[in-house]
Amino acid sequence: MGENFPLWPTAASAGAQNVDALFIYLIAVTGGVTLLVFLLIFIFAMKYRHTKAKAVQIEGSVPLEITWSLIPLGIFMTFFVWGAAIYFAQATPPKDAMEIFVVGKQWMWKMQHSDGVREINQLHVPTDRDIRLTMISQDVIHSFFLPAFRIKQDVLPGRYTTTWFRANRPGRYHIFCAEYCGTAHSGMIGEVVVMEPAAYEAWLQGGRGEGSMASVGQKMFQELGCSTCHRFDAQGRGPNLQGVYGRQQLLDDGRSVLADDNYIRESIVNPGAKVVAGFKPIMPTFQGIVSEEQVLALISYVKSLSTPAQTEPASNRPAVPPQAGATKVQ
Amino acid sequence: MASAVHNVVETKNYLNSDFGIKSWLLTTDHKRIGLLYLVSITTMFFVGGFFAMLIRLELLTPAGDLLQSDTYNKMFTMHGIVMVFLFLIPSIPAVLGNFLVPMMIGAKDLAFPKINLLSWYLYMIGALLVIYSIVTGSADTGWTFYTPFSTQYSNSAVITAALGVFVSGFSSILTGLNFVVTMHRMRAPGMTWSRMPLFCWSNYATALIQLLGTPVIAITIMLVALERLFNIGIFNPQLGGDPLLFQHLFWFYSHPAVYIMILPSMGVISEVVTCFSRKRIFGYSFVALASIAIAVLGFLVWAHHMFVAGMSVYASLIFSFLTFLVGVPSAIKTFNWTATMYKGSVYLHTPMLYAMGFIGLFAIGGVTGLFLATLGIDVHVHDTYFVVAHFHYIMVGGAVLGYMAGIHFWWPKITGKMYPETWGRIAAGTIFLGFNLTFFPQFIVGYVGMPRRYHSYVPEFQILNVFSTAGASILAVGYILPLIYLFWSLRYGNDAGPNPYNATGLEWTTASPPPKENFHETPVVTWEAYDYEHMPPIPEEEPVVHR
Amino acid sequence: MSTVETRPNAVSTHSLHEHFGDLEQQREAATLGMWVFLATEIMFFGGMFTAYLVYRMAYPVAFDAASQDMNFWAGTINTIVLIGSSLTMALAVHASQEGKNKHVVWLLIATMALGAVFLGIKAFEYHEHWVHHLVPGPYFQFEGPDPRHAEIFFSLYFAMTGFHALHMVIGLGLVSWIVYLAARNKITREYHSPVENVGLYWHFVDMVWIYLYPLLYLVAHKHVSG
Repeated sequence: MGENFPLWPTAASAGAQNVDALFIYLIAVTGGVTLLVFLLIFIFAMKYRHTKAKAVQIEGSVPLEITWSLIPLGIFMTFFVWGAAIYFAQATPPKDAMEIFVVGKQWMWKMQHSDGVREINQLHVPTDRDIRLTMISQDVIHSFFLPAFRIKQDVLPGRYTTTWFRANRPGRYHIFCAEYCGTAHSGMIGEVVVMEPAAYEAWLQGGRGEGSMASVGQKMFQELGCSTCHRFDAQGRGPNLQGVYGRQQLLDDGRSVLADDNYIRESIVNPGAKVVAGFKPIMPTFQGIVSEEQVLALISYVKSLSTPAQTEPASNRPAVPPQAGATKVQ
Repeated sequence: MASAVHNVVETKNYLNSDFGIKSWLLTTDHKRIGLLYLVSITTMFFVGGFFAMLIRLELLTPAGDLLQSDTYNKMFTMHGIVMVFLFLIPSIPAVLGNFLVPMMIGAKDLAFPKINLLSWYLYMIGALLVIYSIVTGSADTGWTFYTPFSTQYSNSAVITAALGVFVSGFSSILTGLNFVVTMHRMRAPGMTWSRMPLFCWSNYATALIQLLGTPVIAITIMLVALERLFNIGIFNPQLGGDPLLFQHLFWFYSHPAVYIMILPSMGVISEVVTCFSRKRIFGYSFVALASIAIAVLGFLVWAHHMFVAGMSVYASLIFSFLTFLVGVPSAIKTFNWTATMYKGSVYLHTPMLYAMGFIGLFAIGGVTGLFLATLGIDVHVHDTYFVVAHFHYIMVGGAVLGYMAGIHFWWPKITGKMYPETWGRIAAGTIFLGFNLTFFPQFIVGYVGMPRRYHSYVPEFQILNVFSTAGASILAVGYILPLIYLFWSLRYGNDAGPNPYNATGLEWTTASPPPKENFHETPVVTWEAYDYEHMPPIPEEEPVVHR
Repeated sequence: MSTVETRPNAVSTHSLHEHFGDLEQQREAATLGMWVFLATEIMFFGGMFTAYLVYRMAYPVAFDAASQDMNFWAGTINTIVLIGSSLTMALAVHASQEGKNKHVVWLLIATMALGAVFLGIKAFEYHEHWVHHLVPGPYFQFEGPDPRHAEIFFSLYFAMTGFHALHMVIGLGLVSWIVYLAARNKITREYHSPVENVGLYWHFVDMVWIYLYPLLYLVAHKHVSG
């Protein structure tokens, strides 16, 4: 129906069309069964009115019970498998996706493109490009909801969550916060602006600010004094961070942990939690000293210190080459 | 068994055997305690309904123009807390269960009458704490109390509301404890488990959930309150607290809590459908065991509320799978009720209209639950109005309609008076219509993408919201009607007689209202439940007993 | 199914409530009720144990270090004290079954004394934590590798031992009630289920401590030096 009275959400990605197809399948099957129940109740109520019918006592029927247990179960399993397939695809972003960072706070969304462009409550992306969102909250739990792409992911304090999409239709689509977050929860909305790649490039040129996130991170790495301990040789009091990202780290207590975004974040704000083997827990916490955006910049920088060859296959390297920043470092 | 009706002309009954406020407030009679609950939960229902009305009025227009956003947030929070913890959870067990379970199994009272009274007082303390929290600023966390919002960011009366929930939880635990012990130890001779009415079975299943689930939410909510009070940091993300831990603990109870709300209703439906079809229930043991299966499986599906919360993919897969399993016993029940009507002799009295409405609406609520169990769909519709519509189909279309069916069905037993049949049917129709108009559009607006708990919304959602608000006003009329005519019937209703529907069940073998000790002699049961073959049809006219 | 087993109607003993058929039924109901109640109690503490396990797996270093700050001897003595109180309680239940009310009274008073000793030691420990700035909140200070996660440990410690202590206090109230019953000879060979059920409760509260003690006091690996 018209613009002002939509009965179906716009679908702006192939993923959204998959979800719609599954949704229609569910409506067809469950709608059919529900209609059948309604019809039977109606027919029985009419046909067996007490004025016309005397009750015939029936104890029940085990074959019938088994039938109407197993057939629904079989149908449910088709829902389960199809739904799980979509979910699984949603949970595994493609390797070379373009990375965008999202920081949620009461009550706005702050987006950061890897090359430094920042936006508030708006997100510009090109069509036909996998976009991976790495998200964190500064305060309470939020949820990043893009109805046009049928995706939603809670945004947690203290931990990164990710989701991804690939838009195939230029346009402007809603961003909603879907997890209740306080006073202006319903005002925590924005829009995704999907543009043709050329238009997107042009837009990007107009907005470049202080340089790529990795280079911002590098600057902070110096200013905060990280570089005095984390040296690029074996002499530092902290581990050498080159090539660390995406690899298993052996810890002091014998465990090992994958050095991903969440681990690096934890090492900045809670350095004593997982100390790398061979080092002392002497690093002070930076909680309250660096903002979530700055942590993201530092992570981008640490990431840029790992050359592609050293990363794990499933690592989430940004597609917009951070090498620009990385080459400046070396 | 019709001959089992004793003492039709009863002068002394549980209502007029004692008089005075004290005889009510200190009573240990399960029937009087049931009535105390009836009055208190009805009050809370209308309090919660008032908040719902304000919510719907606010949502008439896209702009947040009627209420401040903070006020709106408090409205939906208190609507949730009041309806879930102070109406739905106690509704059928505490009112009808209290009144009927001992009678249905031929006992003189519940096993622990004083504890039963204590649980009403705990309920009242809980309710008053919640009311107090409303007066002193009200909580604004949503009924789900999600951390860290509830522990660190909300500036509202979270502690008193949480304490209210905590205390009323113990009321629920003690009711469940009483039911379990009563059904194990107090059944009349001959009342075997396989002869027990399905209403008792479903209350038994409910009691299991109350006993094993409620303590978990009690401690969880208590930890939230302590974290606010004393700054301890169990859920605090700044200390490394896991925001999902709270959600796991919360839903470990709060998902089974849904079954606390719906199972007793299912029990009512089993009683009503059989009576007004004049038939045995189709597949007694399947219906009975389905209740237990729902209670057990219900404990294994909690994390389906957390598919987009940041849980591991594999955990989501497992919980999705288990959620589909819990759909099976619900489907079994629905088909069995429908099959019970087959080749019956159907009377369309008010309770039966509610029961038929229940089966239909529960079916819709159930199948939309399957949508939410389907991972790929849930990602899109989680925390949208689709979910709101789904759980209202279960809780209003299911639990409340079942409650209304039960109240009408046993009204003659409780009060000795018949409700007016015509008005009963009109109200049932009004509620059915108003309910669907309110909540069906919410499925659509949810799939289109309207998130829940939104004070203002984008204009394209408006038309569906207008439908919803219009439906809500019809629904309100539907709820007020019974309030009026049931009161009216207390004075002007026809005398019911002990068994106005010629129903089976021990509660119908004693007078209406029943004597204080329920039965003059302990009944001895020699027949199966729902033995309608040997019962005469329902009298055509409303019975008028001349004294 | 043996059908007409009419229960002897209300043999009016002072201890039989009228809605029960006989004393046997009443006793069974009370015992079942207590067991069911204890099941809910397990779930109540279960919530906190779950939280403990989740965090202990996530932050083992901090939990080890924090656990070293526990007063090992206070915890150990308290464990012994509680086991002793369970013993006196068990003896009291036994005596009540034999109708020896005098024994019951003295054994229960011993139980209460041990319970009070436990609470006293616990209070002393809390005081120590307070002095050492180990109470979570703005004044919390912890000299260890991972102070934030240690604060979670102490939050759980206070919540778990606090609720346990609350149960002890309730237990003391219940025990004093049955002391009163026994002293007034309301406990008989036929009617001793109050003693039995309070005994069950008391043992349960002790059991909770038996789990708390290793989790909170003994969890530290000895090689980790604070």
